[in-house]
Parts: sequence; C-alpha cells; structure tokens
Amino acid sequence: MPINQTYAQYSDLSVVSAMAVYFLALLLHAAESAFGRQALKREAKLAAVAAGGGGTAVAERPAPPPPRERPLPERLGRMGVALTVLGALLHLASLVLRGLATSRVPWGNMYEYISAVCLAAVVAWLVMVRRHPVRQLGAFVLTPIGIMLFIAAKLLYAEAAPVVPALRSYWIVIHVSAAVIASGAFLVAGVISLLYVVKASNEANPKRFAGLAARLPESAALDKTAYRVSVFGFPLLTFGIIAGAVWAESAWGRYWGWDPKETVAFISWVIYAAYLHSRATAGWRGTRAAWVNVAGFAATVFNLFFVNLVTTGLHSYAGV
Amino acid sequence: MAGILALLRNTWRGLTAMRTALVLLFLLALAALPGVLLPQYSLNSAKVEQYKAEHDVVGPWLDKLGFFNVFAAPWFAAIYLMLFVSLIGCLVPRTFEFAQQLRAEPTLTPRRLTRMPHYARAEVDADPDAVVAHAKERLRGWRVAVREEADGARTISAERGFLREAGNLVFHFSMMLLLVGLAAGKLYGYEGQVIVRADGSENRQWCNSGLFAYDSFRPGLRVDGTELSPFCVRVDGFQAKYLHTGQADVFHADLTYQDGAASLGNDPDAWRKYGLEVNSPLRVNGDRVYLLGHGYAPRFVVTFPDGQQRTGAVQWKPMDTTTLLSEGATKFDRPGVTDPEQRRKTQLAVTGLFAPTAGYDGTVLTSVFPMPNRPAVAVDVYVGDLGTDSGTPQSIFSIDRRMVDAGRLSKVARKNLELGQELTLDDGTRIRFDGVENWVSLQVSHDPAQEWVLVAAVLVLVGLGGSLLVKRRRLWLRAAPSGDADGTGRTVVEVGGLARTDQAGYGEEFTRLAGGLLAVGRPLAAPGGGRERQDVP
Ligand code: HEM
Repeated sequence: MPINQTYAQYSDLSVVSAMAVYFLALLLHAAESAFGRQALKREAKLAAVAAGGGGTAVAERPAPPPPRERPLPERLGRMGVALTVLGALLHLASLVLRGLATSRVPWGNMYEYISAVCLAAVVAWLVMVRRHPVRQLGAFVLTPIGIMLFIAAKLLYAEAAPVVPALRSYWIVIHVSAAVIASGAFLVAGVISLLYVVKASNEANPKRFAGLAARLPESAALDKTAYRVSVFGFPLLTFGIIAGAVWAESAWGRYWGWDPKETVAFISWVIYAAYLHSRATAGWRGTRAAWVNVAGFAATVFNLFFVNLVTTGLHSYAGV
Repeated sequence: MAGILALLRNTWRGLTAMRTALVLLFLLALAALPGVLLPQYSLNSAKVEQYKAEHDVVGPWLDKLGFFNVFAAPWFAAIYLMLFVSLIGCLVPRTFEFAQQLRAEPTLTPRRLTRMPHYARAEVDADPDAVVAHAKERLRGWRVAVREEADGARTISAERGFLREAGNLVFHFSMMLLLVGLAAGKLYGYEGQVIVRADGSENRQWCNSGLFAYDSFRPGLRVDGTELSPFCVRVDGFQAKYLHTGQADVFHADLTYQDGAASLGNDPDAWRKYGLEVNSPLRVNGDRVYLLGHGYAPRFVVTFPDGQQRTGAVQWKPMDTTTLLSEGATKFDRPGVTDPEQRRKTQLAVTGLFAPTAGYDGTVLTSVFPMPNRPAVAVDVYVGDLGTDSGTPQSIFSIDRRMVDAGRLSKVARKNLELGQELTLDDGTRIRFDGVENWVSLQVSHDPAQEWVLVAAVLVLVGLGGSLLVKRRRLWLRAAPSGDADGTGRTVVEVGGLARTDQAGYGEEFTRLAGGLLAVGRPLAAPGGGRERQDVP
C-alpha cells in the first residue's frame, strides 16, 4: 500500500500545532495557579487582619461579595481546558491523518505509539476535569504529557511507512489500543497520586510544601480521582495483556515468553494489583497507596521508553 | 507441642494476612525486574555470555544465583508459590463467609438513619403498609427484609451488589487456575525449530516424528520426544517481498501437509494445502507450525577433472537481517573415491559470503537488499580433510577451523562469483555458482493446556469486571406513623443509604431511588432532609 504523502504532511503539521496549543493551555493553567495563589494569599491576609492579626492560618473568612462574573483565575483555567480540548482535537487529527496516510492503525512505531498514549492521557485528563474538582492540576498534568509528546515527535519521529508483517494483524487494533488507553490513564493517575502525596504531607504538617499545596485541591479529591482513573485503567491493562498473549500465540509461537515488554507489563500489572490491595489494607491507605500508584506510573514510563529503546525483544518497533 | 501448634497457627495467620499478600506482590514485581534489566538465557544466551565476559566479577555470581534465568529461578518460584498459598488461605475462609452472607438476612435498620452517609426524608399521607408495599415494588433486584418495630414502625433493609464479592472470588480463583494451566504447559508442551528447503521436492517432506527431526528442540519436563503429534509438512514455495527501504513486507510459504498417525506422510491423497504467513500458523493435530524466518541456499555445481559433477545447496546463515548477507559452507566429497585415506585428502568446501543483491566495496562483497535481485558469492574454496569422519558433529554453516590450523585443510582459491560464473582450481576442478534456493525456518509448538489458560484469563477478566464495577450497597427505609395522630394516616418515611465499598458514586443512584421510594401517596411536606455526604464517612 503506497503512502499518501499529503496526509502524512498534514499529520505532522497537526501534531506540531497540537503541541503549541497544549503549551498555551499549560501557560494558562500556570497563570491560573499563580493568580489563584495570590488571591488566596490576599484573602488570608485580609482574614488575618480581621481576626486581629493573630493567626496565620485561615480563620473565618468574611463572606466575599457574590461575584458578578467568574474570578480571573477560574476564567484562565477554563480557557486552559478549552485550549486543551482544541489541542486534543488537533492531536487526534494528526493520528487519524497518519492512519489515512499509511492505511493502517496509527500506532505502528514508537513515535505514533507514544503520541497515541499522550492523546489517551489528555482525554483521560479532560474526563477527570469534567467529573472531579481537579482543574487546578492542569499545569502539572500537561507538563509530563507535553514533554513525552515532544520527545516522541522530535527525537523518535519516524516517517510514515507500512508496518512489518509481524504487526499486520487485527490484534494490533485490539491489543495496542487497550495498552494505549490504559497507559494514558495511568499517566494521569500517577501524576495525581504524586500530587496527593504532596497535599497529604502538607495537611499533616502545614509547613511542608506550603507553596505548592496551596494550589492543590483537597487530598480526598485527589485520592478519589487517582483511584477512579486507575480502576478504569487496570481492567484495560489486564485485557490488553490477555489480548497480547492471544496475539503472541499466533505470531511468535507461544502466548507468554517473558520478552522484556511482556515482563514489564507483568510488573506494572502486579504493581497496580498491589495498589488496589493497599487501599484495602489497614495502614496502607493514603500516602503509601499513593506511592504504589506512583510506582505504577514509573513502570508505565519505563515500559514506554526503556523497553523499546534499550532492550532488544520481539516487541521492538521497526524504524524507531 | 502446643508451642509448635501456636507457631504454625501464627505463621499461617501471618501468611494469609492482607499485608503479607501486599508484600509478596511487591516482591514479585521486584523479582521480575532483573528479567528485564539483565540478559536472559531463555531469550538470548549469546548476550548472557557477552555480559558475563564483560563483568567477570559479578557475572558468575549472578549466574549462580539464577539472575540470567529469573523466571526459572527457585527464589522467583518461592515468591509466587507463597503468594498462592497466601491466596488459598485467604480465599477459603472468604468463600465460606460469602456463602453465609448470601443466606443471611439484610441487617437491621439502624435506629438513626440520619447518621447514614445518604439520607432522605418525607412525610406522606399513605399508611406504613402502603409505603412498604410501594417500596418493595421499587426495590426489585435488591435483597430485602421487611420488619416491624416495637412502636409500630415498619422497616425495610435492602442490600445489593453481591456480585462484587463473587467477582472478586472468581478473579482470585481464576488466577490459580491460570497458574495451573501455565505449569501444565511447561510439563507437557514442547517446541522445536527446523530449517526446511522451500522447493517442494517430494523427498523433502518434514515429519514430526521425533527429536532427531529437529535442529533444536525444547521438551517439557514430561516430554521425552517419543509421542509427538504425528503430521508432515512440505514447503512447496516461498515468497518474500521487501519495501525499497529493505523493510519486510510479505512472507508467504506455500505448504502442503497431512496429519494422522497411520500414514505419516505416505498417503498421497491426504495432502492439503496451506498458505503459511507470519500471523497465521498452521494448526494441525494439536500442534502449531510457525514461519519464523527465511534465507538462501546458494547452489554450486562442481565439475571434477574426471568430468563427474556434483551439485550442492545447503542453507547459509543470514548475518544481517535487513540485507540477508549470509555466510555458510557447502561441502562436497569427491565422487568415486572410496579409500577413506584418499577421501580425507580430497574433500572440498565452498565457504564464504552470499549476497542476494550484490554491492561491492572495492572487491569486498556486501549486500544492499534482501531480495535475490543480483545474487553473488564471495567464496573461499578449501580442499583437504573436512573432519566429517571424526565423529564430532560440526556446524553446517562453517568448516572446522581446527582442521585448517592443523594444516589438513587448506585454502586453494578465493573469488567473487555472480550467478552463472565459475572458478577453476589448479587441478582443473571447476566450481560454478549455479543458482539460489530458498529455505524457511519453521517452529513447531505444542501446548495442551493453552486453551485452559485462555479460559482462566477470561475468567480473571470477568471476575475483575464484577469486582471493580459492581458496588456493594445498602439501603434502609423506615415508615413510622406520624406523631400527631389525627387519623389521616400520615407517615414519616426515612431512607438511609450506605455504600460498602471504596467506590464513590452511590449518591446519584441513592437520590434517584429515594425519590422513587418517597413518591407514595400525596406528599404532605416537601421531601426534606435530602442530602448527600461523602460515601466514606
Ligand atoms: C496472586 C496474587 C493476587 C492478585 C494478582 C490479586 C489481585 C487483586 C485485585 C486486582 C483486586 C482488586 C479488586 C477489588 O478492588 O475488589 C484484589 C482484591 C482483593 N484481594 Fe487480591 N490479589 C492477589 C492475592 C491476594 C491474596 C493472597 C489475598 C489475601 C491475603 C487477597 C485478598 C484480596 C481482598 C480481600 C480483596 C478485596 C479488596 C477490596 O475489598 O477492595 N488477594 N486482589
């Protein structure tokens, strides 16, 4: 099947635009965070004055006058989300165009795969923003995703090309899409758990991470969000691994062979099982469980980069 | 004695505690890590050797401790076996508990429903019986118990979401089934590789008749190679296509095969055709046949001074997977020489490089493309004693260097040949590069338990779905006749809800349900007290 160069070019163009738009969104979220913090400080000062200059902690605040319009930080944050949506659409367009250019699924090499994982992460993030009060985290979540997308598009870029025969199977649709979505979800969950650790530490001792923690939502909300995303990702990961085993049986002659990628998938899976267990184990809820989730995040990133680039296994993509 | 029992009991308790399971899970993840970071024998033993050569201090130790064979190491097995013992210890009591819960009545309605995380209240003009009847109607699919309290109030206790625990048990039990299936595969499975020439000649059929038929064979612990599934294959042709970049595009082998113990290749009518490709193995008689790779066998025609001809074509080994530059050795005995002494002086080997599409770097042959567009060889011809009589098996891809070092085998010519060209030795022997044949390498795999592993895996997934998606939740309703008894049948209805699991999200369902339960008769006071708190108090 010949490559349609026009589509391929437009795909490259869209991914670059998506990165630019994500970057703008990130700036808006950072601004939200900065202004939000200033506003919080001002309020705290006012409150402190009202309380007689005594405590520095947040005392009873005088009820603010009902705002005529949304406060600036919130407007900035909402613009950030809107831009993230736009970026995601451009990002999606780049993948779809890659698919059209090559007449196959757009995750046939490292560049495309990581790009797809980043898109899944952005979408998972947007869904979370709709459902949970976590919008302030925008900058924290978009940064690692942006970095990964940049690495994929700049350092691991591969020309649009057909895939090797081993990848020509409908299982690439089933297996890889499950892996992509699960990895995307885990990336978001990991970042949120990391922020949970910060916030929980601050709640236990307000001196710790005071600056950063002031910009974060309640730890309970963070914990719940991270759990929700992980619980969405875990069955998908399980399914992805099973689908991979079924594919391996028809492609490589065995359903499981401890190929590096298989091994890391197994490790991630065990870590997430441990995460779910830790939330049901006395003494492990909260910060410890969050660290387990962060370990899962690390395993996911390790799987994305290290295994594909450093080890040589059957999974190595052609034309990295 | 009592001390020992107590010790045993404590050990068992410790082993089956949730915290232990957690630690064992961490250990399992940690123990698998060297399987990625260090080279493994099972994947690439050459890399292990290289690693050991580069790390001559730690290498041998790591080797002794099993770090190059992690997934067969005793310590790895110890971890997962302990995990599964812990699992059994955990599952058995939980299964009994679950069975009891299934039979038990939903719990009594708490005195103060206002304390529940979810709560709603209304005053209606229906009497308690009507409220209860209405509620029972609405609570289809819930397990309900209706009770009457001392002051005449009627209560309903309702519970739902038992599938969660059921799913959890299915999940954990299926994990054990999966492990058993895996182990069975290791015991009764086998895997072997063989190189077969792809020219379809009748006498080149390959039969799965025993270990000797394979180039390499990995039997399961309970497999001795005597009872392999009988079938035969013949490769009639092979096509490989590559993109101009050298990337593989299509591999296709035309196979004929027959199965059955009786004929084993001897029944001319039993042959069937199959197009073997990379993602579609031939499944025959409980075994699978895979196309692993391919390569070339250059064909040489040797014309001896006395006019006799011999043709030889054996597979040469690809050295570079993208250009298929190959190396090998094609060996000949001089025809008509019967005296062993004489024979050992006149054996001949054509060794060197084969390029499917030749490119020259000066006179050094390289290959620029993997398809046979311009085949060429760069050969060294050796004459003398190949050492094939010594009894030690030798590689088919090379000559025995020791014979060269011992001066019993010597190089007599070196030349680049393109297709059809020939070289002449001093004694008048002519060697012509006559053609190129294809070979394919096949893998035969057998795993009688893999269907069971698949079933277990699907059950794992189903159980996981139930365990994570279903919410275990309770609901109570109390319908009490209102205090100011003016005889109009006023009733105060309270509804409380509690989700017993980590999953938030009972709130919406509760609000909807409570709304339905309270919508009975004519509301006298607007449904009040409706509020929602965090699920986890
Ligand atoms: C083979 C290793 C194991 C794996 C892969 C595993 C995996 C899981 C997973 C993924 C869950 C989450 C489902 C949920 O949240 O309901 C879970 C829950 C659970 N597991 Fe395991 N498990 C293993 C071993 C064990 C062992 C040894 C025990 C007992 C000591 C155990 C006890 C439990 C319990 C009680 C739950 C329910 C937790 C809850 O209510 O949230 N598991 N397990």
